[in-house]
Amino acid sequence: MSETLIRVEGVSKKFCRSLKKSLWYGLQDLGREMTGQRHGGNGELRPDEFWAVKDVSFELKRGECLGLIGRNGAGKTTLLRMLNGLIKPDTGRIEMRGRVGALIALGAGFNPILSGRENIKVNASVLGLSKREIDAKLKEVIDFAEIGEFIDSPVQSFSSGMQVRLGFAVAAALESDILLLDEVLAVGDAAFRVKCFNRIQEIIKRCAVIFVSHSMPHVTRVCSQLLLLHRGKCLTHGSKLGQVVERYHEIMDTAITPSVEGSGKVQITSVVVLNGQKKPCSTLVHGEPFSIVIQGQFADDKLIRTPKLLISISDQEDTNVAQVYELLGTLNADKKFTVRLDLKIALFNAGRYWLTVNILVGDKGELACVIRRAATFTVQHDYVGFAPIILPSTTEVISGDGPP
Amino acid sequence: MNELPVTIYTPESSLASPAKMLREMFADLSAGRELAWRLAVRDIQAQYRQAFLGILWAFILPVANTLAWLFLTGAGIVTVSSTSLPYPVYVFTGTMLWAIFMDALNSPLQQANAAKGMLAKLNFPREALIVSGIYQTLFNAGIKLALVLIAIAVLGVFPGWGALLIPFGVMSLILVGTAVGVLITPIGLLYSDVGKAVPLLMQFLMYVTPVVFPMPKEGWAATLFAVNPLTPVLVTARDWLTGQTPESLGYFLLVNLATVSLLLAVWIVYRLAMPILIERMSA
Repeated sequence: MSETLIRVEGVSKKFCRSLKKSLWYGLQDLGREMTGQRHGGNGELRPDEFWAVKDVSFELKRGECLGLIGRNGAGKTTLLRMLNGLIKPDTGRIEMRGRVGALIALGAGFNPILSGRENIKVNASVLGLSKREIDAKLKEVIDFAEIGEFIDSPVQSFSSGMQVRLGFAVAAALESDILLLDEVLAVGDAAFRVKCFNRIQEIIKRCAVIFVSHSMPHVTRVCSQLLLLHRGKCLTHGSKLGQVVERYHEIMDTAITPSVEGSGKVQITSVVVLNGQKKPCSTLVHGEPFSIVIQGQFADDKLIRTPKLLISISDQEDTNVAQVYELLGTLNADKKFTVRLDLKIALFNAGRYWLTVNILVGDKGELACVIRRAATFTVQHDYVGFAPIILPSTTEVISGDGPP
Repeated sequence: MNELPVTIYTPESSLASPAKMLREMFADLSAGRELAWRLAVRDIQAQYRQAFLGILWAFILPVANTLAWLFLTGAGIVTVSSTSLPYPVYVFTGTMLWAIFMDALNSPLQQANAAKGMLAKLNFPREALIVSGIYQTLFNAGIKLALVLIAIAVLGVFPGWGALLIPFGVMSLILVGTAVGVLITPIGLLYSDVGKAVPLLMQFLMYVTPVVFPMPKEGWAATLFAVNPLTPVLVTARDWLTGQTPESLGYFLLVNLATVSLLLAVWIVYRLAMPILIERMSA
């Protein structure tokens, strides 16, 4: 069960920025194709063209799952479309063994006027399943997709979530050898996501899966290796998920800037994260203590009584995972202040986190200053989990079956 | 486990290995039958479900065209030399057969345009679109033929034993239409100009084919009519439909043979073009 099902060698694809030129190049490519010449010329770019995917290579065996990650427009979907044979590569070679099931982009390639049931049959017959096999699978697919009585209405009347559910159910039920999944989990609700996860994990055992997602917890949960694409190029690739995810966060960082809000009675001038040795640092080790140093100043000389400090920590999906609340007490009359907050232990999962700093003043808690994404830090851990917090624990084996 | 099918994608043109390409073409054609059938059934249902006049649309246009020509000749605005058939029968059969040809010609591009979303996301045998179009053309042709047969019977013209050959005449029209339709599809998908220019060209072509006019006896127009490969196809189909003995069977067979090879050639073009077109239409 360890044969290589997908082999990608130096695959590239160029796209064109201008529509007019793109159509014209299309016509030229058509001519070249007809005269039996290879596609994409000798790997040079024509004016206004760029590499959407450049020199990507990897191999995938049965039982493995590759996570494709990268920012929007990094070339993930283009790569999937080449793997599915929808478009031709400009250089390189792709070898796919076995039946390929694909779920590319939302809507999953359903014909909108056909009913859900007919679409299932069409997709299955395209994959080469016999009529009997299809009938046997039909109920399973319908049950899994939780479409119920809608199965006989045209797919165009389905909500986007229903379409994705149906698409995933079909792709998952067809027992293909290779499964290409493009952001399937972005739309479904939480309950369906859980079902999907379980299903994918089941499928991976007998299948090679390529999984595109923007959610690091998702990819680290199902994938055995990750490939990070950036502007078409493969930045890193490997089974050390933590390292690839870290690299991904570095890329994402450049796209995120802090924002300042609040009444302005207090200004925060700097927020710095310190490691266990009290040194400014952007990388923390899971389980070690850390500190946050905040410098700021009051807008006027009047003493603001009882300012409160509220720091929230969010993960890369912008979900708050932890918060710290402190009364700062009476600060001295000086306009400027520096506060150091010591935290006993970094319990975070491996990944990238952002700090949002709030300063509240007055009895009613007026927001004097809010800095979103004031600072960021990465947590390293040998183990990459999917929950944002990993609690320290010890175990003791109690033998026997008596009460604990 | 070793007999898993292996698919390889490279930038090489598949023309480089013609034997393999031909095998794949026919394999895909048979794999796409089921899909083609489902698409055709669904399209036909949708077409008639959303229209109030339903099935009438299959022949409203040719009927209107016939009436217009009967009016033009009856009022003496246009004079037409005498035909071996009663003129109403001549015009009606001509326009109906021409409409079948036009259906066949328009359908590949129409099908491909309608399926753009599916083409961009789903890897299915592209041949299914063409086949589905042919099914739909056949269905509509059946309705048209039934109406024509009834109408000409009322006018006192019967096909006789020639009726058995009518399917060949119609198939030949659809064959030629499909071949030309598939030929223009690749460029038509890239540039919408093609879709707009086709009706214009066809209008012209109709007047150099004996659809509403009989064959001119002499002059350059006669040569034009005689050389036009659509002439034997249309005339032969009409002869069988109206119980006459076809005169240009030789040319008819020649055109059909040529069209079969043309269809094979444009089918190859269509296959080769699809990945390139999909890349451009989703860009």
